[in-house]
Amino acid sequence: MSAQAPVAPARTEGAATAAATFEPVIIGFTCNWCSYRAADLAGTARVKYPPNVRLIRLMCSGRLDPTFVLKAYAEGADAVLVSGCHPGECHYIEQNYKALRRFHLLQRTIEALGIEPGRLQLVWASAAEGVRLANEIARVTEEVRALGPLNWPAGNIVDIDSVNLDTAWEATGGDAGGPPEAPGGVNPDHAAQAAR
Amino acid sequence: MSPTARSSGKPKPAAKPATKATAPAARAGAKPKLAIFGAASCGGCDIAIVNIHEHILEVAAAFEIVLWPTIMDGKYSEIEAMEDGEITVTLVSGSMRTDETVHLARLLRRKSKLMVAFGSCASEGCIPGLANLSSRKQILDTAFSTTSTDNPEGIRPVWEYQAPEGVLHLPEFEPILRTLDQVVDVDYTIPGCPPESKQIWAALQAVVAALDGTGPLPPKGAVLGAGESTVCDECARKRDVKKIDHFVRIQQVASFDPEICLLEQGLPCNGPATRDGCGALCPSVAAPCIGCYGAAEGVVDYGARLMSAYASVIVATKPDEIDKVLDGIADPAGQFYRFSLAASLLRSSRTAWKSDGEQ
Repeated sequence: MSAQAPVAPARTEGAATAAATFEPVIIGFTCNWCSYRAADLAGTARVKYPPNVRLIRLMCSGRLDPTFVLKAYAEGADAVLVSGCHPGECHYIEQNYKALRRFHLLQRTIEALGIEPGRLQLVWASAAEGVRLANEIARVTEEVRALGPLNWPAGNIVDIDSVNLDTAWEATGGDAGGPPEAPGGVNPDHAAQAAR
Repeated sequence: MSPTARSSGKPKPAAKPATKATAPAARAGAKPKLAIFGAASCGGCDIAIVNIHEHILEVAAAFEIVLWPTIMDGKYSEIEAMEDGEITVTLVSGSMRTDETVHLARLLRRKSKLMVAFGSCASEGCIPGLANLSSRKQILDTAFSTTSTDNPEGIRPVWEYQAPEGVLHLPEFEPILRTLDQVVDVDYTIPGCPPESKQIWAALQAVVAALDGTGPLPPKGAVLGAGESTVCDECARKRDVKKIDHFVRIQQVASFDPEICLLEQGLPCNGPATRDGCGALCPSVAAPCIGCYGAAEGVVDYGARLMSAYASVIVATKPDEIDKVLDGIADPAGQFYRFSLAASLLRSSRTAWKSDGEQ
C-alpha cells in the first residue's frame, strides 16, 4: 500500500508491488463506442487491470489530435495508449483509419525525437472485449515499466542534468532572478518515487 | 505654461499628419527609441527590414535607433545606462542560443516598453532550433571535428580562458536553444523567415500609429504582419481530391502540374499548418511550403497539426500500406518541425538533454 497521493497503486497490484517498483503513468485515449465501453465492461465484470492507465474518453479515436499525445509526454506521462473500434467497425465509418495513420506517423516522429516507439501503443477493442482490453493494458503497463520513466523535461532546462545555469548566469553579471522558472515541471509521481 | 518649451509653437490639437511630420524634427532626444537586436540569427531579418526601401527613412524619422548591431555602431553599455522602459520598441530577430543572448534579451526587455519577437528565430526557433535534435557535444563535434573542418590540434572553444591580461569569457552555449518568449515576456510576434517586407512595414506602421495616437495599440500577444488562416487559404492551386497515395521528394520528379495542389501530387507541403501572410510564394512556383511563417492561429504544436493533416488525407488503410506511403517522408522530425522545434511541446529531442553530461 503506497502513500502516493494522486495515483496510489491500488489493491489490484497486491503484494507484487515492491516500494521500489517504477509505476508508469499511461494516458489512455478511448473511443466512446468501443474501447471505452470495453473498459466499462471490464469494470462491470470485475476484470482487473493495472491502475497505471488513466483513460480519457473521446467520441472517436479519429478525434485523437497528435497534440494530445505530445502534450501527455511533455507533461509527465511515460506512455500513451490509443484505443478504438476495430478497423472496419468504426461508429463513424472510417475515422479509426485516421487514428491508425496518425499512430504510424507519430511513431516515426517521436522516434526521431528520441522517444521509444513502445511509448505509443495502439489497441483495438470492441465493446464486448473487456477482458482483451484489460489484458492489453496489463501488457502495455509491463512494457512501459521495462522502458523506465520518460521524465520529459518539457523545456525545463534547469532540470537538465550537468548544466548549472545559475553559475553561468552569475558569471555574465546577469540581473536578479536568474534563469526563468520553467513551465511544466516534474511528474509528481516520479518526484514522490525519487523521494522514497 | 505647463508643457515643455518645444511644444509652445504648436497648440493642443495635434492629431493631424502635418503635426506628426514636424514633431520628430524638434529634437532627436524627443523621438521614441527603437532597438533591433539579432541574437542567434542569420541577419536575413535585418535585410528584410532594410528591404522596406524608402520607408526606412520614415522609420528613421519616427524613431531614434539606439541599437542595431547589423547596421550601425551601438554599445551595450549605453543600453545598460538607460532608464527602465526608456526604449519604446525593441525588435529581437534571433533565438536564444548562448547565455550572452539570454542576458541581452533580459536587459532589453527591462529597458523596453514593447518587446517584439521578430521573425521565425525569435518566435519559434527556426532552422537554428533544429540544433535541439542534437546534444551540445554532438553539435561541437560536428562543428570542430568533422572532415570539413581543418582543426588538426582538435581545438575546442572554452567558455573561460586565462590569458596573461586576465580571464576572457566566451558566450556559453546553452544546452538547448530557446525562443524569445521562453526567456522573456513578449508583447508582439511578427512571423516569417524572414518576414515579408511589406508586412514589416504594415506592422511598423501600426505601432507608429499607436504611438501617434492615430490608431489603437494592438492587443498584447498579437501576431502582427500576418493572417489568421493558413497558407492553403492563400494558395491559388486547386485542391479537390484531398487524397494522397504516395510521397515524393522534390528532386525525384521532373515537373509538377502547375495548377493542382502540391500535396495532392505527393509533395510534402506544409501549407495546411502554416500561417498565411506570405502570399503563398513557394507553392506558386511549385516549391512546397516549408512552414516559415510558423503555426497557424490556434495551433498548439505545429508538427502535430501537420501530422494530423497528412494522416487524414493518406488513402492507405492497412499498416504495411501506410508504412509504405510514410516511407516517402525521409525525415519526419525535420519535415514537421523544420522551423518550430524549439517552440513545440517537446522543444527538443531526448538526445539534446539526455547525453549532455557526456560533454
